[in-house]
Order: sequence, then C-alpha cells, then structure tokens
Amino acid sequence: MDFTFTEDQLAFKEAISRFLKTEVPPEVLRDICDTEEGSTSELRQKMAEQGLAALSVPENQGGLGMDDTAWSLLTQELGYYAIPDSMADTAYVASGLLTALPEGTQQREQLLEMIAEGSIRIAVVHGVNPLVVDLHLADKALVEHEGEVHLVSREQFDCERNTSIDSSRRVSRLNFSASSASKIAGADDGSGVWAETLNRGALAVAGKSLGLAQRMLDLSVDYAIQRKQFGKPIGSFQAVKHKLADVVGGIETAKPTLYRAAYALANGDARADLYVSHAKLACCQAAMVAARHGIQVHGAMGYTWEADLQMFMKRAWALQASWGTAEFHRQRVADDILADGVAIGPQYTFEG
Amino acid sequence: MQLKFNEKQNAFRTEVREWLSNNVPAEPLQSYDTREGFEQHREWEGKLYENRLSMVMWPQDLGGRGCDLIEWLIFEEEYYAAGAPMRVNQNGQLLLGPTLMEFGTDEQKHRFLPRMASSQDMWAQGWSEPDAGSDMASVRSKAIRDGDEYVINGQKTWSTRAIYADWVFGLFRSDPDSKRHHGLSYLVVPLDAPGVTIRPIKALNGKDAFAEVFFDDVRVPASNCIGEEGQGWSVAMATAGFERGLLLRSPARFQQTAKRLVDLYRQYAANHGENGALRDAVLESWMGAEAYAQAAYHTVGLVEKGAKIGAESSINKVIWSELDLKMHEAAMEMLGAYGELRGGSPAALDDGSWLEGFLFAQAGPIYAGTNEIQRNIIAERMLGLPRA
Repeated sequence: MDFTFTEDQLAFKEAISRFLKTEVPPEVLRDICDTEEGSTSELRQKMAEQGLAALSVPENQGGLGMDDTAWSLLTQELGYYAIPDSMADTAYVASGLLTALPEGTQQREQLLEMIAEGSIRIAVVHGVNPLVVDLHLADKALVEHEGEVHLVSREQFDCERNTSIDSSRRVSRLNFSASSASKIAGADDGSGVWAETLNRGALAVAGKSLGLAQRMLDLSVDYAIQRKQFGKPIGSFQAVKHKLADVVGGIETAKPTLYRAAYALANGDARADLYVSHAKLACCQAAMVAARHGIQVHGAMGYTWEADLQMFMKRAWALQASWGTAEFHRQRVADDILADGVAIGPQYTFEG
Repeated sequence: MQLKFNEKQNAFRTEVREWLSNNVPAEPLQSYDTREGFEQHREWEGKLYENRLSMVMWPQDLGGRGCDLIEWLIFEEEYYAAGAPMRVNQNGQLLLGPTLMEFGTDEQKHRFLPRMASSQDMWAQGWSEPDAGSDMASVRSKAIRDGDEYVINGQKTWSTRAIYADWVFGLFRSDPDSKRHHGLSYLVVPLDAPGVTIRPIKALNGKDAFAEVFFDDVRVPASNCIGEEGQGWSVAMATAGFERGLLLRSPARFQQTAKRLVDLYRQYAANHGENGALRDAVLESWMGAEAYAQAAYHTVGLVEKGAKIGAESSINKVIWSELDLKMHEAAMEMLGAYGELRGGSPAALDDGSWLEGFLFAQAGPIYAGTNEIQRNIIAERMLGLPRA
C-alpha cells in the first residue's frame, strides 16, 4: 500500500510544469485567446516535443507507455496554466481508446504512431458531449455510434464552429452519418472501450479543473496580500481568510479522489466508474468554489477582463459539463453505492 | 502507487476482524458520559489492552504492538466496521500520549503510557480556562515551583469526563510574571490530589460530559512536568497538529456513519419513494467520508516517506467536523417526526442513536480548536496571509 507518486513521476510533472510556465504566461495566454482559432500550432508542436503527445502511446508504437496516473498529474498542470489546446483529447483520450481496441484494428497502429509523433489531431465524439472541442481542427474523429467505434476524416463530416465563454475554446456539433465504411470496431469490442474512454475524458476534465482551482487560489492569495483597505492587506481579515481556507479544503479533498480514480482506470478496477465520477464531481466542485470565492476576494477587479482570474474562471465554468454533467456523475455514484449488497464502508476504501 | 495491502497487512486485518467479532459486546455499552458507562468502557479498554489492541501504534514495551500508520488505519477500519464501543480514553491516548513519546523521560513514559493504554488511568484534558478558550495563550492557572514540587492554583474548564477520570494534563503558568506563550509548563496532575475540586457541567445530552476543575494549593512533584519548565507551549504545539488532524478522528468512523446513512436512505426510499435532495445529501456524505479516507492514506504515504504534517491537519479538522454535521442533519431529515425521540422512547427508531450522534456532531466544529481558528491557521500558515 503506497498512495503516493514515484520521484520519477513527480520530476516529469515538474519539468512539464516549468515548460508550460515559461511558454504560456498569462500575457501569452491572452494573445492566443485573441487569435482566430484560440490556439496555435506552434504551442501544440512544442508540447509534443516535450513528450506530451507520446506520453501514453504504447512503446511498440513509439510512445512512452505511461498510464492514467501520469495524466492525473499532467492534466493538473494543463489546468493550472489554462493551456489553450486540446492536446489531452488526442494524446490521452484518443490514444487510450485506440490502445484499447484489438491489435490489428483498421488504422490502429498507424494512428497511434502519428499521435506519438505529434502529427495528428484526433477528436473523440461521445454522446455524453453534445459539443466537441476543436472538432473543426481535427484531422480525424473517433465517433461513438450505438457502442461501435467509427473513424472519420475531416472531409467526411460537417461541423459548425461555436465560440465559448472561454475565449480559447471552439466547440462544434458533429454532422455525420455512420456507415459500415466508417466502422472500425463493433459494439462487442466497442462498448467496453467507450466506457473506458468516457472515464478517461472525465478524468482529464477533473485533473484540469483541479489545476484551475489551485491557480485561482494562488491568484486570489496574491491579490489579498497586495490589495490594501482600511490601511491593511485585505488578506488579514478573517472574512477573506476563511473563504480562501475553504478553497484549500475543496482542493485537498478532491486531490486524492483524482489519484484514486486514475489508479482504478490504470488497473482495470471493476468500480472505476464510481471512482471517476467521484473525482469528476469533487474536482469540478473545487474549481467552482475557487471561482466563486476568487471573484469575491478580487472584488470589482474580479469582474473585469483585465484581471487574469477571468481566464481561469471561465475555463473552469466551461469544463463543468464536459464529459458528463454533475447530475450524470451523481447518478453513476448512486447506481453503485445505493445498489443491493454493495461493498461500502470503512473496510472497502481500496478493495471492494 | 500501489493500492493493495500486503500479506502481513491482510493477516493483521483478519486477526483484528476475528478478535472483534468474538469480543465486541453484543449489547451496546451505556453512555461513557455516565459513571456506570464510563466504568464499562474502562473494562472494554482493558480487554483491548490485554490483546495489545488498545494502542496498536505504540511500541511493545509501552503497551502497544509497534504497528505502522497503515496498520493503524486498518485497525480503525475494522474497529468501526465492527460497531465496537467508542474509545473513552482518547484525550489521554491521542493528545497526551504522543507528547509523552516525544518529550517524556524514560521514567515518565513507563510510568504513564502502559497504564494509559490499558485505561487503568483515565485522562482528562486541561487546556481551556474561563478566559482562555480559543485564545489558549492567555491561561492564568499558576504552577509555582517550591523545592521539588509545583504548587498549583487556578481553574480549568471543559475538561471532558473529568468527574470520572483519574488524571488531568494541561498548561500552567510556572513563571508568574510571564505573558502569553512564554513561561508556561506542561503538567500532569492526579485528580484525587488534595485541593482539587471538580464540578460537573451538563452537556447538550443532559449528562455530565465535562467539568470545571479547581486547583487550590495542589502540590505535584516536579517530575510531573513534561518537557522543560517554561517550554509548555512548544511542547503542547509540537504534537498538536498531526493528532488533531488525523489520529483524533480517524476516517473509518465517518465511513461507518456514511454507510449507516446509505442504509437509512434505502429504507427511506423503500417506504416513501426516491427523494432527489436526500439522495444527493447521502451521496455527498459518502463521497466526503471516502475522500477523507483516501486523503488519510495519501498523507500516511507521504509521512512514511519523511514528510512533516503541520497546518494541513487543520484542513482535516474542518472537513470531518462539518461532514459529521451534514450526515446527521440528513439522517434527522429522513427520520422526520421520529428524529426528536430520545433513546428508550417506545416509538424511537434505532434507539435514538442518530439523535445522540446529531447532538455530539454539534460539538465537532467547536472542540479541539474551533473551525474559525482552524481556518485562520490554514490561511496564515499554509497560504501565508498576514495576521490581523
């Protein structure tokens, strides 16, 4: 029993963190948000060079073969710097989906190799998400259709381009008709793969939300120390302190649930749905509380475009319903723990 | 990351589970806030001790079995899952015990710890005074050195179960001219010493759950001072964090309450149909308790790798106390009109145990440092916000 990360894992996370901090400071984030696409291929390419694209592609296909627990750390960094890019959708969610398909599935190996090289963008389209991020930029889409897996190229589907409250996000509905030509896996193989894929998508959102919560907390603490009223920093007032202390509580309660869920996914735990939904709810809630208290602590500045807080807050809001609404995930928790004869209680924290 | 227990841990779990299933009293003990119930609990603690299950983490020569923190968590899980009696001597075992381990002389350790583990000695805490609650550094009770003795005068209050206990520990001002955190000494005092008067205070449950303790020229030997004279504040604070945060209220306790709450909701839904708001409250409770348990394992993992836990413990204190309140509020809502019934009433459901828990949960955000103080600690020591 060791519920901690290895030094290697933490060192990799630190390296990525330093890289993102240098590449995407808030002023650069603002510039990228102002571009036509809300993202840039230069940043995408640099992230691939750091090993992010190849992270969980199997070693046979030129990847690093790292599992969900690594992503539980890295998605927090993507959230902390509000990275304006859908990299995790390709490198984590699509890569996980393709890896889970039987070897020899049409295009499986070559797509994985392209993911590892950073030479392809793949959008993953699942019914739980009516809107898909960066679908219009995707080279390919992996689409769920009655449990089957369909693979379509950009020229084979229509999509619109909607702008989001988060200036870096472009989201689309997919217009596409499934056919036997687009099918690469039937429902026999596909159902289990899609269940896992949904969990990966939700876990990525959870990790990003937790990182965003931490960033909003840090920004709010800085502001509360620097802003003076009544001749003192506002952070010396208990009403302000206690709000920020509650943000800490939310983050610290959510963090282990994220790691627990990642471990469950990586190890094929039969109750992975439960743990992932718990993590999604806890991390998104932590982000909502951090946003709510963050804007209050920032006062009128929090309501402006000018203060950096807004970029992180809006990302957190946009992610709330991504890969399943709160009610969707609460229902999954209920389906597990309210069922007959289920193993819950103090003896089943890890084995149940 | 490896979330499986090893063979030794599984064997320990099995041993504890079997022992508890053979030994936990079939009938619940009376409330430990009564004299009779207190003595029943002392007897139970003695039984645990005989099997080295009272303080599993303590070294063997001091009455424990030298378990590590993971084994301690396993013990707690089995203990609460078995519905075993509440631990009556925790103030001694979990607040004073670790302090003695760190600051006590060998003589003091052997004199106090085994008898504490067995509950032959029951301990009450003596931190608060009428004018020193959250502001503990303003204690005024004096302990003035006179040769080989201290002469104690003053008053302590909110001493849990002090009218039944054998000893009290706390901070006393040994330098009469000192102020605030300086000049305090950490002393242990037998409650049958001449000059000690104990006046019970009835708690919300109507029982003598705590007391005021008056000291009138009470003499104790200088060897009753834990750590150096005048260093009482740092002695008390050195071990305050970890215990307050984790050991004092282990996650298993709240996981067991959450499990009972799930059962209660299933009964409720069978009788009255599904209720979305109550369902959500139950789900939140279960998730809160699980998250606390997972956080404990994460923390223990970090501690075993050498991390020091300080102000982080204040987060735990806020989390478990507010979770406990929410769980009992949800239970009361499900019990509806029957929620108000005391145990023993003919119409009471569940022998009034949810109501007792609801009453006790009201104290959670207040004792062991109010949640306002905990939030100040989080904000100042973890976030670096300036003091007022």
